[in-house]
Formats: sequence, C-alpha cells, structure tokens
Amino acid sequence: MKYRALILLLMMAGPARADSDLPPARYANEQLADPRQEKAAKALMEELRCLVCQGQSIADSDAEMAGDMRALVRQRIAAGERPDEVRDWLVQRYGDWVSYRPPVEPMTWPLWAAPILLIAAGAYLLRHRFRRRD
Amino acid sequence: MIAEAGLASLWLAAALAALQLGLAAGLGGTPGRQLSSIRAVAIGQGILTVLAFASLVLLFLRSDMSVLLVAENSHSQKPWLYKFSGTWGNHEGSMLLWVMVLALAGAILALFERRLDRRTLGATLGAQAMLALGFFAFLLFASNPFERLSPAPVDGRGLNPLLQDPGLAFHPPTLYLGYVGLSVAFSIAVGGLVRRNVGPAIARAMRPWVLAAWVMLTLGITAGSYWAYYELGWGGWWFWDPVENASLMPWLAATALLHSVNVLAARGGLRAWTMMLALVAFSMSMVGTFLVRSGILTSVHSFAVDPTRGSFILALLTIYIGGALTLFAFRIATVKEGAPFEPVSREGGLVANNLLLSVILGIVFVGTLYPLLAEALSGEKLSVGPPYFDAVASPLALLLAALMVIAPQLRWRRDAAPVLPRIAPGLVVGSGVLMATIVLAPGIGLLPRLGLTLGATLVPASLQPLLNRSLRRTPLAVWGMCLAHLGVAVSMIGMASDSAFTRERLAAARPGDKIEVGPWLVEFRDITPVAGPNWTALEAELRASRGSGVVVLNPQSRFFAEPPTTTNEAAIDTSWNGQIYAVLGEQDGEGRWQLRLWWKPFVTLIWFGGCLIALGGALALIGRFFRERRPRRRGEDAFA
Repeated sequence: MKYRALILLLMMAGPARADSDLPPARYANEQLADPRQEKAAKALMEELRCLVCQGQSIADSDAEMAGDMRALVRQRIAAGERPDEVRDWLVQRYGDWVSYRPPVEPMTWPLWAAPILLIAAGAYLLRHRFRRRD
Repeated sequence: MIAEAGLASLWLAAALAALQLGLAAGLGGTPGRQLSSIRAVAIGQGILTVLAFASLVLLFLRSDMSVLLVAENSHSQKPWLYKFSGTWGNHEGSMLLWVMVLALAGAILALFERRLDRRTLGATLGAQAMLALGFFAFLLFASNPFERLSPAPVDGRGLNPLLQDPGLAFHPPTLYLGYVGLSVAFSIAVGGLVRRNVGPAIARAMRPWVLAAWVMLTLGITAGSYWAYYELGWGGWWFWDPVENASLMPWLAATALLHSVNVLAARGGLRAWTMMLALVAFSMSMVGTFLVRSGILTSVHSFAVDPTRGSFILALLTIYIGGALTLFAFRIATVKEGAPFEPVSREGGLVANNLLLSVILGIVFVGTLYPLLAEALSGEKLSVGPPYFDAVASPLALLLAALMVIAPQLRWRRDAAPVLPRIAPGLVVGSGVLMATIVLAPGIGLLPRLGLTLGATLVPASLQPLLNRSLRRTPLAVWGMCLAHLGVAVSMIGMASDSAFTRERLAAARPGDKIEVGPWLVEFRDITPVAGPNWTALEAELRASRGSGVVVLNPQSRFFAEPPTTTNEAAIDTSWNGQIYAVLGEQDGEGRWQLRLWWKPFVTLIWFGGCLIALGGALALIGRFFRERRPRRRGEDAFA
C-alpha cells in the first residue's frame, strides 16, 4: 500500500506528463499509416494497463511510460506481430497486471464461470415463484 | 470556534443516535409507546448533523487554515465555488456529507412516515440509528474533519485541479443522496423483518425512497460519466474502473428493487426477494463507500489512501451486512409469499428483469473484487477490466433490453393474448435499422450493431404502454416508466453509435496545418498564453469546418501552481448529430504540438438518455405523492 501511496503522491505532486525531458518515442502519439493496423493497435492499447497510473489504459494516459508502451505496441504491430503475441510479450515482462483481459487459468476459472453460476443460483432461488400453466 | 461547534454537534448527534437506538430497542418502555420520543430524537439528530456539516462548509468558505483539513485541501486563491465543493473533495469532508445524508434521511422518515404501523416504524428508526451510530464513530475516532493545526500555515495546499470543475461541485452530493437514500429501504426492510411484518405496506413505505435514491444515483452516474468524458481528456465515458463500479452496483440493485417493490406493493408477491434486494442495495452502497474511501483499489478516483480507515469501514460493513443477512436468514421462513403467477405475465417479466439485473450486479461485484481476492490468495496481481465486463455483462444487458420490448405490455398474473402484434412497431423499426447498419456500415462490431438495433426497437416499444388509453388520465407513474425506458433506448443508441462510428486522429501539428477527422477539416491556426483565477494556460485556436458549418475550438493545457499540476481542458463542440472533441497535448522536439481529435456521432445521446431515465423516475415519484393523497380505489395501485 505504501508503494501505491507513493505513486499517487508522485502523480499528484508533479505534472503528470513531463516525467523526463526526452521527447516522446516515435508512435507514442502518432497513428500507424495502415488503418487496419492502427485499429488493431488501438484495440490492444485499450486493454493494457498504464503501470504508473491509477486505473487507466495506456490508450488513455498522458504518462510518459504509457507513451513508450504505445510506441512499442504500434511498432510491433507494424512489424507484423499479432496483437496476442504483443500482449503475451508484455505479460511475460510485467505480469498479468498489465493486461485488463484476465487470463483463463485455474486461478481465474471462478471469475469466468461466475456469470453461469450466478444465473443458475438466481433461477434456483426464484424457482417456486412460477405457477405452471394449466 | 466554528470547528469546535461543529465537533460538538457531531458528538451530540452521535449521542442522540445511541439514545434513539436504545429507545427503539425497548429501554425505557414499549417501543410502540415511545414512538413520539424516537421521532423527536431522530429529528434532533438530523438537525445536529446538518449543523456539523454547515460548520465545515463555513470553515472552507472562510479558508480557515488553522483547521488541518482546510489547510490540506483548500487555498485562499481558489474561486468560491471550489472552496465550497472542496468541503467534500476529500476523505473526511465526504464522509461527513455521507453521514449527514444518512441522519437527514432518518429525520425525514421520522417526520413524514405515516403508513407504517407504530412498532415497525420504531424498529425502522432503530435500524437507521444503528447505521448512523457506526458511521458517527468512524468520523469521530478515525476521520475527524475538525482537527486543528497549530501553528496555522499561511495558506493551504490547494485542491486537486482535476476536481476544480463545476461537475465536481454536484457529482458527489448527488451520488451520496442516492447511496445513502437507500439506507431507508434497508432500515424499513430490517424493521419489517424484526416485526415479522413483510407485506405491501412495507413496500409502499419503501417505494418513494427507492425511487428518489434511484433518481439521484442515475443523475450522479450520468454526471460522473460526462465529467470523466470531458475532464480526463481521452474521449472515453466509462472505464469499468472500480470506483465507477462502486456507484454502478447500488444502481443495479436499486433498479432491481424498484421493479420488485412494485410487485410487492401491487400484488403482494416477491416478498422475501424484495426484502433481500433492499438489504443488498444499501449493502452495495456501503461496499462502494468502503472501496472508494479505504483506498484499497488503485484507481483514478483514489484521492484518499489510508488502509487503517479501511479496516474500520470493513468492520462496520461486516457488522451491518452480516447482521442484516443473519436476521434475513432467521426470519425468511416466516415470510408468506403472495399468489403465484404464470411465466408469461407482468410478474414473470419483472422476475426476469430482477434475475438479469442481479446477475449483472453479481458479475460487476465479482469482477471488481476478484483482483483483491486473487492477490490475497496467490500473491499474484491481475487486472479485470473492460474486456471482461464487456464480454460478460453486455450480452445480459442486451437480453434485458430485449425483455423491455415486451414486458411492460404484459398483464398481471396471466397473459394469454398474442404477443406479436404488440411488439410489431418495434420490430419494424428495429429490423429497418438492422438492415441499414448492414448496408451502410458493414464493418462495425456485433455488439454495437445489436445495440443500435435493440435501441431502435425499444424507442417505439417503450412508448407503447401509452397507446389505447386516455393520455390525460394516464397516471404519472406510467408516463415515468415509459420515459425511463425510452431513456434506456436513447442511451443505448448513443453508446452503440460512439463505439461503432467514432473517428480518432492523433497529429503532431504546427500552426497552419490542416487535419481531417471524420467529416471535419480542422485547421490549427494559433497557440496563445491565457490566464485564469488560479491557473495559466496555453490555448490552441482550431477552426473546424464541415460543409458550410464552421466552429472554433479552444483546447487548453492548464498549469495550476497550487498544487503544481498540468491538466488538459478539452474543447468540445456539440451539434445535433454528435460532438467534435479536441485536446492539446505537449510540444515535441521539433516544435510541433500534439493534437488529439475525435468525431463522435450521437455520443451525447448517452447522457441525454441518462437524464430521461432520471426524469422518468422523478415523474413516477411525483405521481406517487399525488396519488397517495387521494383515497385509494381498489386495484388502483398496479403500476400501469
């Protein structure tokens, strides 16, 4: 919690954008020329967490690190990588935390099963409320 | 002096809450006989809490820097509106506002409630006092807003500039009225369960509170969403952020409760289920408060980060929610159910509505808390965000919309008439729109396409209950229902249109450059420095033209000195068919300015729909007031 508090303080104390004096990386704020590639990159960026922000995707953040990650995503997509490969590479580096799409693994089975379990539970609770049509 | 007076009022109010609880529990005589004293105490408690809150507002308006909270969150150079709204732009102040609404709701209930029998009302006011007591303790022992600071600093540290916006002045109070208004439904349910008196009278007493709280929640969420849209400067309007989910959960529960309470009031059915929802709705408000106020979640909204306070609220949550559910479990067997009904009936539709809303609520709850659970169990951090919620909740929301096409037109108990003629107008319009999107916009995703189709189907369908009846004699509640359902349709169309048709352009530009976005040609003309009351800014002049129409957009990059922060002020121009949205970013190494431009067709319908929903709720509420002042006719209560 201390660590998060520190990040928050840093964010609130300093101008959120000017983390360093370096100019932003190419493609941090520049769209890809191919609209299909840009669309794929944009969709992926919306599913990646900005690691130094409070609950923002890298597509929605002014932080420098988000800009660097956007540049990386666009460059890799432009080089012909599939979005899932880019995501996997980032997850390997930064952990599941970086992806807003939870992985499907034993740890998250309850999460993905929740909708079905909830519908079943609700239907069970309400089962006596109906009268059969006669 | 003002601070001490405020603190004293707060202590006195807490003492009165304890007294109220004692009287309701039967200390000093039969609670039924004590009702007039319980009432008086509840009103006194409300007045004292308002006084405490008023003292804090006064301290903020006078910029009294000898009070710690003011010094940490305000600044003498701030415009008065933000001094005022700064009162609740921090942890202690917002908790005091929360508690004030709680005590005030109790006082209003004590003043005006005449439908409940004396003992049930006594028990209800006791439950309300018990809730208030815990949160008074939280304020007094863990979040004292009136703490002094010595020596007093020359000036304060200022309010987070993101929060210096008219939107903030009204967003939290509106939301809190909704959150905490649900406490009365909770207390009435507790009162009814304690007195073994769960029936239509309980539902009628509960209904205006649920309606009012729901209207406020709807307005608060709508306003908050628009605030995030224009203030955060990224063109998004909903992020499935935990704090947004925290406000969505009580709204979902209240929406379900709003529908089931009508079944109970009109038909005597769904008793246990309605009591359960009433308990869940305010529990969700408390869970939301816990999530936001404890700082347990990392999120854009976590302006208060303090885990020790978190454990205090968590303890309160456990006691109240656990206690209520235990009471429910013990009394559930004594609750008699009303007459059963056939699946195809108004009740059947409302049960399906409740089931779907509750499942969506459960999904949001699980998705929001899962990362915490996973981290606690495995130490691994994972994120649950828009991809999960969109994939899981959207189909259910679309199903709910499909249900809305027919359910309001079904009869109570049993409906054997053919359904098709009643939904024909909607089907015609809906299939027309579906064809149009397939022909004109083949590339859009499945969800937006279904959203547009169902939204269009719902527009005529939501107004259909008004057909074949004398409009002048139609109860306001029916108008309200139709309007609210129309609002859902309008909002859905806006959401679908935004996600299907938005055009985005990012560009590095010099004055003189021209950029195309959607149907617009935007010319970057100039960049100039400007100054406001407590900020300086760089302002771009953009001339956007579309056909013969020309608009000038002035996005700003603002710098605040206290505390030092830069914010983007987006420039937005609204036309009948959408918004053009411009943000000025930073300058790159070669002297070009970063511009972000969006064209968002019909995006405004999202919030316009939200306002229609709230207006529908308000009409229904007004209708109830007038109706209850007239002598009731038999069978009149059916909410259609």
